[in-house]
Amino acid sequence: MNRNLKLFLTFLKIGAFTFGGGYAMIPLIEREAVDKNKWIAKEDMLDITAISESTPGPIAINSATFVGYRVGGFWGAFLATLGVCLPAFLFISVISFIYDSFYETRIVRYAFMGVRAAVLALIVKALVSMYIACPKSLLSYIIMILSYFAVAFLKLNVFITILACAVIGLVYSLIAGRRGHDIT
Amino acid sequence: MILLKLFWAFLKIGLFTFGGGYAMIPLINAEVVGAGWLSEEGLIDFVAVSESSPGPFAVNIATFVGIRTAGILGGVTATLGVAFPSFIIILIVARFYEAFKSSRTVQGIMTGLRPCVVGMIAYAFHTVAVTLFSNLGHGMTTVTNIEFWFAAVIFAVSLILVLKKVPPIAVIVLCALAGIIVGYVFGI
Repeated sequence: MNRNLKLFLTFLKIGAFTFGGGYAMIPLIEREAVDKNKWIAKEDMLDITAISESTPGPIAINSATFVGYRVGGFWGAFLATLGVCLPAFLFISVISFIYDSFYETRIVRYAFMGVRAAVLALIVKALVSMYIACPKSLLSYIIMILSYFAVAFLKLNVFITILACAVIGLVYSLIAGRRGHDIT
Repeated sequence: MILLKLFWAFLKIGLFTFGGGYAMIPLINAEVVGAGWLSEEGLIDFVAVSESSPGPFAVNIATFVGIRTAGILGGVTATLGVAFPSFIIILIVARFYEAFKSSRTVQGIMTGLRPCVVGMIAYAFHTVAVTLFSNLGHGMTTVTNIEFWFAAVIFAVSLILVLKKVPPIAVIVLCALAGIIVGYVFGI
C-alpha cells in the first residue's frame, strides 16, 4: 500500500481512538509509528513529544504533522494531520446538529449540572500535572504567580500575557547565560 | 464576514496554545465567549463533551463553534484556523530540527512559557469555578442552596477519582448520573 495512504489511515485510527487530548495520543502514536510500522525510532519519540509540547498549537496536531513529515515529507504531514482531525470533525459535526434539541431537555440539564463540577476537577488534575512537569526555579514560580495574577485580577489580555512570558523567559535566559548561571 | 472572523479567532487560539487543551480555556474565553459564539457555561459543558469524544479538544471546539456559528463551512474554516499555525510551524521546525533542538532562543522562550501554562490553567480553574459556583440556583448563592452543596460534593468526589487515575470519561458519566438523580430527587 502506498506509504502516504497508510499514514493517513493510521492517523485516522489514532484520531478516532484518542479521547481526552493530545497527551493521550502520544502512546498511540508510539505504538503505531514506532512498533507497528517502524517509521520512527523509539528514541525519536522523545524528541517528537518534546517538540510537540514546545511549539504552538495542539499537541495532537503538532505530533501528527511531525511524524507525517518525517515519514512522507509535505504530503505525509498533510495526510497525517488530515487523518487525525477527520474523526473528531465528523463526530462533532453530528453532535452539533443535535446538541440544541438535547440540551434543552431536563435530564440533560441535570446531567450537565453534575458534569460541570467534574470538569473543574479535571482542570485541577491538569494544573497539578503541569505544575509537576514544570521545571522549578525562582523565575518559574514568579512567572506562574504573576501570569495568573495578571489575567485573573488585572484583567490583562491573555495573548499579551503569554507573549510577555515568552519574552521574559528569553531575556532572562540571555542575561543568565551571559553571567554563566545555570538556566533551569 | 463571519468565516473570516472564525478563521482569525481560531488562528490566534491555535498560535497561542501551549501545554494542551485546558490551557486553551482562557484563550477560548477571550475569543469565542468574547465574540458571543458560546456562553461560559456552554464552554464548560463542551469541555466535558470533548473529553467524551474522539480527537483533540482544539479540533472539537473549533468544529463545534464553527458549525453552530456558520454551518459546515464555518466548522471547516475554524478547524483550518486552529490547525494552520501548528502545521506551518512544525513543517519549519521539522526541517531545521537539529537547530531547533539546540536553539538557546527556543530554550529561553520555553523557560518563560512553561510556568505561563501553569498560570493559564490556574486561570481556567478560576473562571470555571466562578461560573460554576456563582450561577447556581438561578442567581442564588446562599450556602443553604442544594445546588451549591451538590456542586461542592461532586467536585470533591471527582477530584479524588481523577487524582486516583479513574478515566475522565468514567468520572464524567458518574457525575452526569449524580446530577440527574439529584435533580429529579430534589426537584431543582
